[in-house]
Amino acid sequence: MRDVVRWLIRRSLSVLGASGQRSIAVLEEVGYLFSLFAESLYWAVAGRWLQQPVRLAPIFSAAMAVGVTAIPIIALASFAVGTMLAIQGIYSLRTFGAESQVALAIAISVTREFAPLITGIFVAGRSASAIAAQIGTMQVAQEIDALSVIGINPVRYLVSPLLLAMLIAMPALVVMSNFVALSGGALYCNLELGMPFSAYVESTIDALKPSDVWQGLSKSFVFGAIITLVGASNGFMVTAGAEGVGKATTRSVVVSIASIILADMIFSYFQSR
Amino acid sequence: MGTDAAAGTPAIAIEVENLVAHYGSREVLHSVSMHVHRGEIMVIMGGSGSGKSTLLRHLLGLRRPTSGSIRLLGRDITRLSAREMLALRRNIGVSFQGGALFNSMTVRENVELPLREHSKLDRKTMQIISRIKLEVVNLAGFENLMPAELSGGMIKRAALARAIVMDPQLLFFDEPSAGLDPVVSAELDELILSLRDAMNMTIVVVTHELESAFKIADRITVLDHGHVLEIGDTAQIRSSGNERIQNLINRRPRNEALDADEYLRRLTE
Repeated sequence: MRDVVRWLIRRSLSVLGASGQRSIAVLEEVGYLFSLFAESLYWAVAGRWLQQPVRLAPIFSAAMAVGVTAIPIIALASFAVGTMLAIQGIYSLRTFGAESQVALAIAISVTREFAPLITGIFVAGRSASAIAAQIGTMQVAQEIDALSVIGINPVRYLVSPLLLAMLIAMPALVVMSNFVALSGGALYCNLELGMPFSAYVESTIDALKPSDVWQGLSKSFVFGAIITLVGASNGFMVTAGAEGVGKATTRSVVVSIASIILADMIFSYFQSR
Repeated sequence: MGTDAAAGTPAIAIEVENLVAHYGSREVLHSVSMHVHRGEIMVIMGGSGSGKSTLLRHLLGLRRPTSGSIRLLGRDITRLSAREMLALRRNIGVSFQGGALFNSMTVRENVELPLREHSKLDRKTMQIISRIKLEVVNLAGFENLMPAELSGGMIKRAALARAIVMDPQLLFFDEPSAGLDPVVSAELDELILSLRDAMNMTIVVVTHELESAFKIADRITVLDHGHVLEIGDTAQIRSSGNERIQNLINRRPRNEALDADEYLRRLTE
């Protein structure tokens, strides 16, 4: 009997210890992300005076890669989401005979929630992995060390342009996503309820306050920062060879999507008070 | 720290004093001290795990030591501000194992990168300078290729061109012969010697290739398990009384006496 108790105690202590260590590891990573964020902003703002300027060309080419090339897939997904919201909205509102209110329901859910979330998830899948893979491969090939010994700060050279590019591209993508999703909703309402487009547009404009759109956009800034920082930090931490890069890539996507959804929940809570 | 009275530049280019380094809680360099004179080629040799790559990383300012000082061209790099370190880096060139060329840029863009960062030269001038350096390493005409299109020897030479583009006073090589066939390796050795002769560069080479080491070295530092075993010129090292150095030079495998009881215990525990 005593042995069983002893075993139980040992087991629970080791489980506690392991989860304690994991929590510390999570805290360490969050801390590292924040310091990376602070450092990239620092170089973006003050780099010019420290002989470490953040050049414009890499920012715009990164914005192209992150933003413009993501337009087709995000447009497709947004259209589908807008249509889906119309379907579900009409179905639920039918119980109250309030189908005419569906435009309001779609407008609010799209601008405040779905457009930034869908955009964030797609950009995370495309770009968090790409960033982690690029930086991770460079780390393995000692290119990051090479930058340092030439006198180029790797964060200034690699992360700051990406961060600034995200802060340009994400809101732009969300604006596009808003339009396409609302169009999808309009199309379905027209087909299902016979609602004329002009009525839908008027309903939408009545329902939306500028703060709704703005809150969606402000979420997108945060999501963009999360994607860049998670991708970059996982890339910098790669030690093993190709396998390490692969792991970092997968990890970046999973962690950034999870963080985006968590951040979305927190933001939504505070924004709706 | 001696000074050259005529030129006012220090006669000792690199000085390491009591360098202690840790990886986590494990001490990997135990109070290493050595110095390199201006214009000499110092080879740092040692077996695997001897700490020579770690020492190199500290010399390059990529890691901070636990304690001790590292002076490059008279300045203690463990105490410099970021701006001062940046200025010092103009005088340092590094060729990494595997080249570490930036894979997203052409050879020419790679070689020109230090120029872009440290100077305000116009495009044409930078192109001429990068072409001069590519001529020095016999890579003329390959400037528009991407690193993925180069052979191993060409990658090393392009990396060398990038390292010398700013005419640095200090040049570091990490395993220059790694992955190269003997002919190309010999050509690289000749290049290193000519860089010292023509430009009076101080060169530090970390390698375990014995033939290259003895061919190019003015002096050799032998490391073993984080300790300095001996520092001397090639003749002194060759005739060293230290058993581990002789093993290293003569490529003798380590002779660890077999304890029968230990052996049995390991098998049956």
